[in-house]
Amino acid sequence: MPIPIRTSSIFRPQNPVDRSAIRHSRALVDNFNRRQVMRGALSLAALTLLTGCDVSEEDSVQNALRAVSSWNDAVQAAIFRPDHLAPTFSPSQVVKPPRFNAYYDVEDVRPIDGEAWKLELAGLIEDKRPWTAQHIYQLAEQELIIRHICVEGWDYIGQWSGPNLRAFLARIGADLTAKYVYFICNDDFTESIDMASALHPQTILATKYAGQLISDPFGYPLRLRTAVKLGYKNAKWIKAIEVTNTFRETFWSKQGENWFAGI
Amino acid sequence: MSIAAVRSTTGKKRLLHPLPLRIMHWINALAIFIMIGSGWRIYNDDVLFGWLHFPDFLVIGKWAQYGLQWHFFGMWIFVINGIVYVTYGIVTGRFRQKLFPISMREVVATVADALRFRLSHENLTVYNAVQKILYLGVMMIGVIIVISGLCLWKPVQFSELSGLFYNFQTIRLIHFLCMSAIVGFVLIHVTLAVLVPQSLVAMLIGGPTVGATFTAEAQPPPAAKHGRINS
Repeated sequence: MPIPIRTSSIFRPQNPVDRSAIRHSRALVDNFNRRQVMRGALSLAALTLLTGCDVSEEDSVQNALRAVSSWNDAVQAAIFRPDHLAPTFSPSQVVKPPRFNAYYDVEDVRPIDGEAWKLELAGLIEDKRPWTAQHIYQLAEQELIIRHICVEGWDYIGQWSGPNLRAFLARIGADLTAKYVYFICNDDFTESIDMASALHPQTILATKYAGQLISDPFGYPLRLRTAVKLGYKNAKWIKAIEVTNTFRETFWSKQGENWFAGI
Repeated sequence: MSIAAVRSTTGKKRLLHPLPLRIMHWINALAIFIMIGSGWRIYNDDVLFGWLHFPDFLVIGKWAQYGLQWHFFGMWIFVINGIVYVTYGIVTGRFRQKLFPISMREVVATVADALRFRLSHENLTVYNAVQKILYLGVMMIGVIIVISGLCLWKPVQFSELSGLFYNFQTIRLIHFLCMSAIVGFVLIHVTLAVLVPQSLVAMLIGGPTVGATFTAEAQPPPAAKHGRINS
């Protein structure tokens, strides 16, 4: 069945997919199905494999550990308190500048041209017209002085402001009953969060840090900042947002980091 | 519940370490092995002390994310097994009979005997005062390491609990210190198990048959307890 190409979007290829790509990706597709089977099935294999005590990252061990990680996603979603607020702090406690984190060094940041930049929208959204930075700056701002906690163990208190994500999603007519909000970033980074966390009152699309426009290394012109996720879930340099019911692995979850990553 | 009541309800004979207890002991040993090895891998990613990095051959998980996967797998084993173990210890009366009472006089006497290498190991079924303190202490550390671990895992969802600590790094430090205490306990515990091999054998096959109170039936009554320390 041919796939109709409705609009030009970074989510849709400009040219049709080469049939050979499907053959080449067969192994990947099969692997994905196996993963689905593993998902949610906390198998006894995890326990029996342990007695091998090789303690290596072999495929079978990895699959078992990933199954547990998926189970932990479900547990975290179950204990998530949608209206429970994270502690906030005073402006005097704010660290300036914020601490840099990415999968590469700060010198390798590719700055975005804010004039040409547009935020694309896709998926279960009624009004998919792209947004310019100027349009976003006109939205009501919310300020969060919250603790950033990195999965590595460090933390700092930061002062972020920008439109509340729930208000933004409501404004663009997003389906708030969908499961995921997916972010595509300028540095080929992808990240997604569950809808409950997206709708949490302390989740914003940050445009400013400590009252100033966010500087290049920290996600200019637009980044996610939520009080209920680990640092790596806070996508920087966002160029597109998709609301979807389809789970897709993200940059870090593909590497074995926990997907839900709630705090 | 008095000792007499325990006797009347559970009067049958059993081994010093009944099968469920041995199973829980070895599951716990495995869980602690996983938690400490993976915990060291996670620690290495952002160390608390610049002078301390755990060498790669001692850690579990090639990369930090694999260490985290192991840690968040092991936590289920450690916590579920721990809850069952503590419940078992309380419900069967084992904790009360084997770990209490602890008298200061007995502690001093046991330490003095230990320093003179005069501790008796003839009766495995009775713990000396230092053993009692170590076992109770490591159980309390176990509770604190779980609480601090929950606060590290979910500082926002459990903010009422994590708010009891000064800040996030303090929770990390407490979690680390509890780990250090457990490592210290394991070193002593394993050393003594090797020095007194019959205690290791008992934890594998059950040990001597005991009465309802988990102590050997030939045991003198509590009033004469002090006599066993270096007899």
